Amino acid sequence: MSGELLLFPPSASTAATHLDRLMLALTLLMSTVIIIVGALLVVFCIRYRRGARMPRANAPSRSRRIELIWSTGPLLVFLGIYAWAAHDFLELARVPADAMPVFVVAKQWMWKLEHANGRREISELHVPVGRPVRLTMTSQDVIHSFYVPAFRIKQDVVPGRYTTLWFEATQTGEYDLFCAEYCGTQHSLMRGRIVVMSPADFAAWLDRGTQQPSMAQRGFALFRSYGCDGCHGANSSVHAPKLDGVAGRTVALADGRNITADDTYLRDSILLPARDVVAGYAPIMPSYAGQIDEADLMAIIRYLHEGAAAQGDEDEQRH
Amino acid sequence: MSNGTERVTEADNYLAAGTTLRSWLTTHDHKRIALLYMISITAFFFIGGAAAVLMRFELATPAGDLVSHDTYNKLFTMHGVIMVWMFLIPSIPAGLGNFLMPMMIGARDLAFPRLNLLSWYLYVGGGLFTVVALIAGGADTGWTFYAPFSTLFSNTHVIFVLFGVFVVGFSSILTGINFIVTVHMLRAPGLTWFRLPLFVWANYATSIILVLATPVLAMTLLLLAAERLLGVGIFDPALGGDPLLFQHLFWFYSHPAVYIMVLPAMGVVSEIVPCFARKRVYGYRSMAYAILAIAIIGFMVWGHHMFVSGQSAYASLLFSLLSFLVAIPSAIKVFNWLATLKGGSIEFAAPMLYALGFIGLFTLGGLTGLILASLSADVHLTDTYFVVAHFHYIMVGGAVMAYLGGVHFWWPKIIGRTYPEMWGRIAALIAFFGFNLTFFPQFLLGYAGMPRRYHVYPERYQLLHVLSSAGASILAIGYLLPLGYLTWSLFRGPRASSNPWRATGLEWTTSSPPPPHNFAQTPIVTEEAYAYDSSADPKESRA
Amino acid sequence: MNAAAAEPFDDVRQRARADTFGLWIFLMTELMFFGPLLFGYWFGRVEYAHAFAVASRHTDVTLGTLNTALLLSSSAAMAAAVAARVRRATRVATGLLLITFLLGCAFLVVKGLEYRSEWHEHLFPGAGFAFAGEDAAAVRYFYFLYFALTAVHALHLIVGMTLLAVFAIALWRGADEFGAPRRIELAGLYWHFVDIVWIFLYPLLYLLGRSGA
Repeated sequence: MSGELLLFPPSASTAATHLDRLMLALTLLMSTVIIIVGALLVVFCIRYRRGARMPRANAPSRSRRIELIWSTGPLLVFLGIYAWAAHDFLELARVPADAMPVFVVAKQWMWKLEHANGRREISELHVPVGRPVRLTMTSQDVIHSFYVPAFRIKQDVVPGRYTTLWFEATQTGEYDLFCAEYCGTQHSLMRGRIVVMSPADFAAWLDRGTQQPSMAQRGFALFRSYGCDGCHGANSSVHAPKLDGVAGRTVALADGRNITADDTYLRDSILLPARDVVAGYAPIMPSYAGQIDEADLMAIIRYLHEGAAAQGDEDEQRH
Repeated sequence: MSNGTERVTEADNYLAAGTTLRSWLTTHDHKRIALLYMISITAFFFIGGAAAVLMRFELATPAGDLVSHDTYNKLFTMHGVIMVWMFLIPSIPAGLGNFLMPMMIGARDLAFPRLNLLSWYLYVGGGLFTVVALIAGGADTGWTFYAPFSTLFSNTHVIFVLFGVFVVGFSSILTGINFIVTVHMLRAPGLTWFRLPLFVWANYATSIILVLATPVLAMTLLLLAAERLLGVGIFDPALGGDPLLFQHLFWFYSHPAVYIMVLPAMGVVSEIVPCFARKRVYGYRSMAYAILAIAIIGFMVWGHHMFVSGQSAYASLLFSLLSFLVAIPSAIKVFNWLATLKGGSIEFAAPMLYALGFIGLFTLGGLTGLILASLSADVHLTDTYFVVAHFHYIMVGGAVMAYLGGVHFWWPKIIGRTYPEMWGRIAALIAFFGFNLTFFPQFLLGYAGMPRRYHVYPERYQLLHVLSSAGASILAIGYLLPLGYLTWSLFRGPRASSNPWRATGLEWTTSSPPPPHNFAQTPIVTEEAYAYDSSADPKESRA
Repeated sequence: MNAAAAEPFDDVRQRARADTFGLWIFLMTELMFFGPLLFGYWFGRVEYAHAFAVASRHTDVTLGTLNTALLLSSSAAMAAAVAARVRRATRVATGLLLITFLLGCAFLVVKGLEYRSEWHEHLFPGAGFAFAGEDAAAVRYFYFLYFALTAVHALHLIVGMTLLAVFAIALWRGADEFGAPRRIELAGLYWHFVDIVWIFLYPLLYLLGRSGA
C-alpha cells in the first residue's frame, strides 16, 4: 500500500479558491454545531443520569420563545449559506466571453477533446494557465460527467444535447480528470488528466498541432460534403436561411417565438430540422440524424461561428 | 391482563394461538404479520449486507483483484436495490409499525387486516423475485437506473429487477392506505390527534408519502421497461426523448422515499427517549407539525439530486432553497430531543443507546446534507463518496440504528421475553464505533475527489478506503451480535412482564406478548402522551 | 388458524365508512400513477404543439366517441345496479351488473379495433413506426402516450370488469353476504373512477387539433 494520502486535492482554479473558502466556513460551522450537539448530549446524559441528584421538578415541556429562536436562528443561517453558495454557483454558470473554446465528446469509456485549431486529444486536455477555458460537451452514448477535483468543477455530459463547463486554471501541473456519472463496465477507468501549462508552453504545444485543418476548416469541408451549401450556399436557388453570422443571433421562429441561435439550437437544426422552423421558410430541410457523428457536428457548428474566415485554402486541408 | 411474569396462557398470547405454519401464513393478525415482515426484512438485510461486505473487501485495494468490473457494478446495484426497497422502506413501518400502530391507538387490528396480509405477500413475492434476478446475474445500472444506460446499453436483467421493485411498491401503497384509514377511524375514545404518540404521527405522515409517491415510481419503472422492451424513445435523445425526464420522474419519488425511511425512525426515537429519560417529549406539538412539514416539503426538493445534470440554473436555485427549508423541521426535532434530556432521569439501556446514537449521527448526516444543498459545494461533491457518506449517515447511522433501538425496546412486548441487556449495550456501542469508522473517512474521500461507483481507484485514496473497510468489519459484528442474542432470547430469554420499561403508551397496558385481540375492552384515553415524571423516585429498574 | 379474525370495527357503519375512505385514498394513488403520463402529455403538448395536433387527427374520433358513449352508459348502468342492490332488488342488480360488464366488453372490442388499425398504419411506437411528414419524432411520442394511457386505462377497466363478474356471479348464486350492498357501492366507485379517467383521456387524445379546420 502506498503511503501517500490525499486529503486535500490541489486547489488549481479560480473556482477552487472560492469553493475552498466556502467549504472552510461550512466545515467550521458544522463542526461547531455537531460539537455543541454532542457536548449537550454528553453533558445532559451525565448530569441527568438516573440517580444523580439534580433538580428535576417542574421541567418545562415547551416554550414558545425558545422554540421560535431555535427555528428562526437556523433559518437565517441557512439562508446566508444558500445565498453564498448560490452566488458562487451563478459565477460557474456565467461563461466569460473571452474563454478559449474546447469541444468534448464523451463515449464509453474515453474522452475525445478537440481544440478550435483542430488539435485533438484523447482523455487529456492541455490548457494555458490564467486563461478561462470553455468546454462544450456532449456524449455519444450514455450520460457521463466531466469532473476535475483540483478545479472543483463537474458537469454531466448528456447525449443529445450540449452542456457547458468553464474554468480558469491558476497553477501549472497535471490534474486528475474523472468520469463522475456511472456509465458501465469501465466507468472507473474512464479517467484522464488536465495538463496546465504556461501560456508560452501552451502556445508552442498548440502550434505543433497545426498540420491538421482547424475545426472550422474541417467544418467547412463537411458543410460542403454533406450538401449543406446546396441549399444554404450563396448561389443556391432554394429558399433556405442564410447562415453567415447565424451563431448567437436572435432567430424568429415560425411559431412566433424568438430564440437565440446557440450551439444547441444549431445542433438541433441539423438533426431535428422540423422542430424549430425559421419564420418565412417551409420545413423542407431533411434531417441528418444518425448520419453525422458528434465530433463532426461540433466542427460544422464551429464553422458556423467562424464563417468566411474558415474557408481556407482547400489544398491545405487533410482529413 | 397479566402484570406478572407468569406464563401467559394460550388464549392470552397471540404467539401461541395457532402453531401451524398455515396459521402463520394465513393470519389476519397484524402482530403476526409484523413478525413475518421482520423475519423477511432481516433476511434481505443480510443479503444486501453481504453485497456491501464484498464491495468493502474489494475496495481495500486500489486494483480490482477480487471481482471483475461487471460483478462490482452488479454488487453496488443489488446492494442499493435490496437495501432501499426490501429493507429500509418497509423496516420500521411494516415491521414495527404493523405491530404497534393498532395497539398504540387502542384498536384491535388495522382497518384492513386481509389487505395487510396481501401487503406482506406482495413484499415477499417482489423481494424473492429480485433475489432470483440477482442469482441469475442481477442488474448493473445502479439502484437509480439512469437512462439511457439502463434502457439502451445495459446487458443485464434490468427488467426482472424493475419488476421485483414494482411489486414491492404495491406492498408499500397498501400499507400506507391501511395506516391512514386506521389512524383516522380506529382511535380509542379520548385519543385525540394531539394525544397520539409521535410514532403514530410519524407513520401517518410516512403513509401519506407512501401513497402519493410510490405510484409515481411504479409508472416510472413501467416507462423504463417500455423503453427497454419497445424502444419507444421517451428517454432516448436519438428519437427526440430526454434522459433528464427520467431523472425528474425517478427523483420525484426517490427523494420523498428517503423521508419514508427517516420519519418512522424519528418516531421510534421519540418513543424511546421520553421513556428512558422519564420525561415527556419537549415541544410535542412542534414535533408533530415538524413531521408533517418534513413530509410536505420533502416533495418539493427532488431537483437537488440534479444540480449538475444539465437542469436549468433557475430550477437549481429553487431546489436548493427548498432543501435548506426542509432542514428546519429536522433541526427542530433534534433540539427538542436534547431539551427532553435536560431535566430527565436518564438510564442507558440498549434502546436508549441506539436512540442517542441516532441523534448524534442523524445530526451529522443532516449537516452534511446542508453542505450538499449548497449549490457550489455540490458541484464538487456530488457523485463522490461525500454523498455516499451523507446518505449512509442518515440511513444507517439514523434509520438502522433507530430500527434496532425499536426492536430492542419493543422486543419484550413482541416476543414476551427479554434480551440480555449487557449484550444489547455492547452491540450498540460496537455498531456505533464501527459505523463511524466505516463512513466518516468517506467524507474525506469525497472531498479529495474520489468518485462513487468506482471499482478501481488511484492509489492515493487507499488509506481512507482501508479505514472504511476496517470499520465495515466492525460494523458487521455490531449487526451479527443482535442476530445472535435476539435469536437466543426467542427460546431462552427470561419471560417479560407487561411493562418492563415502565413506559407509557397503550401497547404497554397489555400482556407481553399481547392477546390476539390486543384489548379485552377498548381503552379510554384521558391524558396526554408521555405522562412521565422525571422527578419521581426511580428506584426500580425494569423487572 | 387464529380464532376469528380480529374485527377491528365497532359496528357495520364504521366499517362501511372506513372502506369508502380507503378506496378514496386508493383512487388518489391512481391519480399519482397516471400522473407521470399526464405530465409527459402536458410536456409534449407544450413542446410539440403542432405535432400533437397532427398526431391527434390520426386517431379514430368516431370509434373514440363511440367508446365514450359506451363507458358513460356503463356508468349509468352501474349506478342503477348499486341503487337496485341497496333496495335489495338483487335480480335487477345482477342484470344491471351484467349490462355494465357487457358494455365494458364492447369498449374493449372497439379499442381493440382501433389498436389494430393503428398498428396497420404503423402508428405503434415500436420498431415498425413510420410516419410520413415532418415532426415524426414528436408524433411518435404522442402515440407512445396514446398507447400507454389507453392501455393502462384498459387494464384498470379489466380489473373493474373482473370485480363486476365476480359480484354478479356471487349474487346470482345467492351469496348475498359476499355481494353486500356496501361492496357493490365500492365497486361502483371504482368503476366511476375508471370512467372519469376516460373522460379526461378522450379530449386529450382525440379532440386535439380537431376544432375548426
